[in-house]
Amino acid sequence: MTRIIDRRFDSKKKSAVNRQRFMRRFKQQIRRAVTDAIQNRSIRDLDNGEQISIPSKDLSEPQFQHGRGGIWDQVFSGNDQFSTGDLINRPPPGGGGKGGGKASNEGEGEDDFVFQLSREEFLDIFFDDLALPNLIRTQLARVTDFKTQRAGFKSDGTPANINIIRSMRGALGRRLALGSPSASRLRALQQELEELVASGDGDSERADELRDEIARLRAKIEAIPFIDSFDLRYNNRIKVPKPTTQAVMFCVMDVSGSMDEEKKATAKRFFMLLYLFLNRTYEHIDVVFIRHHTVAKEVDEEEFFHSRESGGTVVSSALKLMHEVIAERYGHGSWNIYGAQASDGDNWDNDSPICREILGAQILPWCQYFAYIEITPGEPQNLWREYEKLFSGHKNFAMQRIEAPADIYPVFRELFKKTLV
Amino acid sequence: MKRATVKKTVHLPATSEWSFEAIDEYHEQIARVAKEFGLDVYPPQIELITAEQMMDAYASVGMPVNYHHWSFGKHFLSTEKSYRRGQMGLAYEIVINSNPCIAYLMEENTLTMQALVIAHAAYGHNSFFKGNYLFQTWTNADAIIDYLIFARHYIAECEERYGEEEVELLLDSCHALMNLGVDRYKRPPKLSLAKEKLRQAERTEYLQSQVNQLWRTLPVHDTKPDKVQVQRFPPEPEENLLYFVEKHAPLLEPWQREIVRIVRKIAQYFFPQRQTQVMNEGWACFWHYTLLNRLYDEGLLADSFMLEFLQSHTNVVYQPAYNERWYNGINPYALGFAMWQDIRRICESPTEEDYAWFPDIAGSDWRETMEFAMRNFKDESFVAQYLSPKVMRDFRLFAILDDEHEPKLKVSAIHDGSGYRRVREILSDQYNLGSREPNIQVWNVDLRGDRSLTLRHQQYRRRPLGGTADEVMKHMARLWGFTVRLETQHEDGTVELAQETRIEKRRGHPDN
Repeated sequence: MTRIIDRRFDSKKKSAVNRQRFMRRFKQQIRRAVTDAIQNRSIRDLDNGEQISIPSKDLSEPQFQHGRGGIWDQVFSGNDQFSTGDLINRPPPGGGGKGGGKASNEGEGEDDFVFQLSREEFLDIFFDDLALPNLIRTQLARVTDFKTQRAGFKSDGTPANINIIRSMRGALGRRLALGSPSASRLRALQQELEELVASGDGDSERADELRDEIARLRAKIEAIPFIDSFDLRYNNRIKVPKPTTQAVMFCVMDVSGSMDEEKKATAKRFFMLLYLFLNRTYEHIDVVFIRHHTVAKEVDEEEFFHSRESGGTVVSSALKLMHEVIAERYGHGSWNIYGAQASDGDNWDNDSPICREILGAQILPWCQYFAYIEITPGEPQNLWREYEKLFSGHKNFAMQRIEAPADIYPVFRELFKKTLV
Repeated sequence: MKRATVKKTVHLPATSEWSFEAIDEYHEQIARVAKEFGLDVYPPQIELITAEQMMDAYASVGMPVNYHHWSFGKHFLSTEKSYRRGQMGLAYEIVINSNPCIAYLMEENTLTMQALVIAHAAYGHNSFFKGNYLFQTWTNADAIIDYLIFARHYIAECEERYGEEEVELLLDSCHALMNLGVDRYKRPPKLSLAKEKLRQAERTEYLQSQVNQLWRTLPVHDTKPDKVQVQRFPPEPEENLLYFVEKHAPLLEPWQREIVRIVRKIAQYFFPQRQTQVMNEGWACFWHYTLLNRLYDEGLLADSFMLEFLQSHTNVVYQPAYNERWYNGINPYALGFAMWQDIRRICESPTEEDYAWFPDIAGSDWRETMEFAMRNFKDESFVAQYLSPKVMRDFRLFAILDDEHEPKLKVSAIHDGSGYRRVREILSDQYNLGSREPNIQVWNVDLRGDRSLTLRHQQYRRRPLGGTADEVMKHMARLWGFTVRLETQHEDGTVELAQETRIEKRRGHPDN
């Protein structure tokens, strides 16, 4: 009695639970790895999984085992040179050779356990750090929606999509085209026959010939199919991504000496989160990076996050530049403008009122949303106090002082709330 | 001439794509030939699965059902990684020692591979499981699947009741001691799901009362311990650490004892597999080779089939030399296959040498001799008994003595007249679990004092314990609940304290 059982369609992902357990157990390590990964990623690049590597000593499963040392008498295969009693130098430690130890000869050392995080898992950990509410997590992590839209006709498809008018029109045209040589000849013959009949020669040999010919032509015309498979036309529906508008996102960051790497990393999370939000809402997003110390400059992302400057801080320079860029490139009303500014709050005293003015008069009226974060553990600085005056009057302005990535989300609370209802 | 004419009547499918019908045809023929050879097997149950399911099964120690634990997730991830990179011709086969004997075929394999796996797993391993004394003694093929289901449910229930984390910590500790959670000499009772369930409640109650008994006597003693020779507890050293924990750890809850027991039972179930790798894999290779060759001789197999089959066969039984890059010890498939082939050769066409070395089997009936060897040996004794000079010469085996007190390595024996016995002895010892793994036993519990537990490590040839021993000790301390010590007894009889892991507060976690 043979039993062959097909189990291929049994529930998949049987090990999903074990995988989750693994992830939970090593959350700390994985999170550290994700943090590192974020440092090295572009803020536009959040939709991929990540190769995570964890030091394997962290996840070893201990056992009682013999260590090296003591006496080992072991058998090997493939003797090519030894006789009993030969003395051999020890192979250099760690050098593989004939010792029992496996030499690690492939790329990674044996020290790291490497595995792939899926996109969902990656985002989950990213959101975890930011303390995002669940509803918003799902909102953000959702893959772009598509809607189907008509796009003309095509010649193949499912029967349900047949477009009858188009198909019949095609069939008619084909019938006319194929039938017309015969039809015109038919008309000529009929006329000749009528003439013969009219002239009294209706019984002549020629008339019979004509009648036969007419009958043949009629049959030929009849034989043209009423509708043929290549007449069929189908409605063509294509999928287009739902968000169809465009947005521009300004990242403004203070890069003066007091912004250290850690603060920049926090700022990066802030920009990433805004980007992620925009990415779900808009189809096309431009990102403009403006960094400033005493003067502002538009730079690419690499330079934005990684080069260092020192010296004083004049925030208004950046806001002026932002205004100029808006006026020049994004001023014609078809762009949704979002601004995100990160700073440690240090500013030249006399400059802060100017900033408030520029922001209030020239930038906020254009913006959908402008968020400011001050990354500082200390007392609020003068820029903060100036901005506070704007805060009450503008609904599209949000500000927050933060110390850790978890403080970032409240900045966007209003923003997310709006789109969720 | 006759063979050539017969060969034309190939009538088993020779495509590389498999189909259920084709597998069925192959299976029928293989089963027929296996029967002709007199292989005694559990009824095979062949299951087709995907690569992912195969990785799944790999990750959970080859069992179709198992409880959940992060370490299985870890194994899955690393298996998946190497599979993605194409580093392993994944899962040649997985076969489960159960009745019926479940053999997995992977969807991605060619028809040839499927036939090979059927012969190898569903007949080779299967008959070994059914015949070998270790499996007969230690495992119960009828009950294992049921027991695993019971274990999975029980552990899931505990997770619900006491929290996943609590259970996970306990399982971690048990896994760390798993290799020392087996009875090596005592015979375990048979498993049975119904009995397990019935007795489980009784047992927990009883166990708890036993433990209480043990500790209740504690304060009420009027003897003078200083004068009287203090009775050790346990009176005899206990080799099964998990068993000792299950029965005597003072602070464990009943459900914790049950989980310790589950891990112990599963460890026990895999115990024979760890001791019969060479024999078992060699036996399966011998039979797929023999069965398929018989079919070929009967003219049922196409040449293309044979070529593909021989290619994978030679890959599997290849033994690299010590100085090749991919050398990784003696390949059990290679050694086992060579030894079984050799036993058949000794029976069928013995040489002078064979008569001298194996007077009792040379020229005997090969099926009977092999059957006897398969039933009554494990790797250690199998090598000691049957490794012939010819195989040693073929493998060019040699032994190297590495004594850390000597400046150089010494070649202690090679494959020559004076070395055969020595090489065989050393190789046999290499497969002896007793020397392969450190010998650590429960030595004493300080019943009258701080309840501390002392383990004793009998050192074998001055080999120290490896780096993770202190971690294992923490796990032991977690299970025991009080201070745990590890003593090392050197070969000259002196004893030294190697490690002490204290637990300060009751039910606390071990400090570092």
